Amino acid sequence: MKSIQELEKISSQVRRDIVRMVSRANSGHPGGSMSSADFLTALYFQVMDHNPQTWTREGHGQDVFILSAGHLTPVYYSILARAGYFPVADLGTFRKFGSPLQGHPSIRKGLNGITQASGSLGQGVSAAAGIAIGKKLDKEDKTVYVMCGDGESEEGQIWEAALFAAHHNLDNLVAMTDWNGQQIDGTTDSVAGNGDLQAKWEAFGWATIVADGHDMAAILDAFAKAKALRGKGKPIMILFKTDMGHGVDFMAGTCKWHGKAPSAEQCDAAMGQLTETLGDF
Amino acid sequence: MKQYTDSGKKDTRSGFGAGLLEAGKRNPNVVALTADLKGSLKMDAFADAFPERFIQCGIAEANMVGVAAGLAITGKVPFAGSFAEFITGRVYDQIRQEVAYGKTNVKLASSHAGITLGEDGATHQTMEDIALMRALPDMVVINPCDYNQTKAATIAAAEYDGPVYLRFGRPGVPNFTEPDAPFQIGKIYNMNEGKDVTIVATGHLVWEALQAAQVLENEGISAEVLDVATIKPLDEKALVASVLKTGAAVVAEEHNCAGGLGELVAGVLARTTPKPLEFINGGDRFGQTGTPAELMAAYGLDAAHIVAAAKAAIARK
Repeated sequence: MKSIQELEKISSQVRRDIVRMVSRANSGHPGGSMSSADFLTALYFQVMDHNPQTWTREGHGQDVFILSAGHLTPVYYSILARAGYFPVADLGTFRKFGSPLQGHPSIRKGLNGITQASGSLGQGVSAAAGIAIGKKLDKEDKTVYVMCGDGESEEGQIWEAALFAAHHNLDNLVAMTDWNGQQIDGTTDSVAGNGDLQAKWEAFGWATIVADGHDMAAILDAFAKAKALRGKGKPIMILFKTDMGHGVDFMAGTCKWHGKAPSAEQCDAAMGQLTETLGDF
Repeated sequence: MKQYTDSGKKDTRSGFGAGLLEAGKRNPNVVALTADLKGSLKMDAFADAFPERFIQCGIAEANMVGVAAGLAITGKVPFAGSFAEFITGRVYDQIRQEVAYGKTNVKLASSHAGITLGEDGATHQTMEDIALMRALPDMVVINPCDYNQTKAATIAAAEYDGPVYLRFGRPGVPNFTEPDAPFQIGKIYNMNEGKDVTIVATGHLVWEALQAAQVLENEGISAEVLDVATIKPLDEKALVASVLKTGAAVVAEEHNCAGGLGELVAGVLARTTPKPLEFINGGDRFGQTGTPAELMAAYGLDAAHIVAAAKAAIARK
């Protein structure tokens, strides 16, 4: 069991990793990585039943995580490295030629911990639903987690998957939405008006939970509620209310940092706002 | 020439259904998915025998491909089935990311391929699917010639570890290969040895090619007939050896000219064995409503057109 303070220390380091990785690569997606950093830290360091040493792509005997919003590799790789899936030093190779840390997740480069390719949006909930059925067929009492963005939820396939998972009573499936209200071209409401996502998921037959995605106690409470809802006949959606770019004042609350790299000077300024807790890569 | 007997017209989709049932009996990890086309894909017998391993996805093909990929990740061997257009063109990006790039052991079961599904017309008739699937790295593309071969190919696809596109059709077509003959992925089957021209055929046009070879033989022309049941990976060695021997070739397929077997064969021969080459295909066109026989004649996909193309190729030697 990790304390809230310990989890907050990890997520602070994860945010440093995100900004430094994207700045060094001079490309990548810091905004959504920072908005999802707290709940993904909680997921990997407290909630999920997993073991980096015995992990396999098949996922037998462990919980599984799928990153549907594949552009969020900065947060994903940082957390995987900090959790022990591969050396933290490898984060310095992010987006470099020959690196297993591809711009979007790949299963072809031998990177430990990656279950499925993603990047083309809207597809991860379907894959997670397939894994959830596989676990049911194998009578494996494990949970499949999948994370998607709120902008990503404009993809029609998300709602095909929503209908499917509810119809098949996939109550071993826990999805998370990073509800930061931003996407590349502006706010989600100004771009596509995706509105009340909780009401939509409820209408599709899911059990839903809404939580503050930057309050570690609220995040842990939401995951505890999700675990309590497992096996009750419905798939579960946790909608985490977040801010894009959270943790650095000049990056927060705007779509401008969705897919933009901070300069060296901006990176230094950001480091002044994020505490180094576990040692930089 | 070698004689083949049509044991009675059968639809190749029923060969798939029979092969799926057999694959399901042999391997408990085989599962089947459909997008509201269980009957059309002849999946009923599998669904009745293994109800817990049959997954109805509703009319949502994109989700179905993703679910199949997820099942494959857990070690299942999923066959995801729909009409050829809807299991390729409609879901190309899903196949690209979740199946091909994602290297998942998914079998895409593609029925009602080509124009010979008939009366439904052009929205349901794809002659672009081979091009789409061929373009994907690591995708195996299989287009069997009759019921028996489709059944065997389905069983072979289940035993192969990797993404497979398995193409078959709706109309009854002659069933002439040996029942329960083993199917080898990546092998060209030499159906008739000849010395004047090679007819390179795939799918049910192999039967048309054999009819054409008989007509040619009656006119004193010896035609070799190759059954390209696996389009990717292509058995280049068998192809090149045949064309080196005969010195001319015709490629016959129920597919448009762009990206099909014809262009594939032309590319191989241009590199290795440039010889006169003629093409039997749907051209650069959409389909239309009609009976399979009417459409095959109208689009030039029958034995008579293959005969003319063979003579044209020989004349250019």
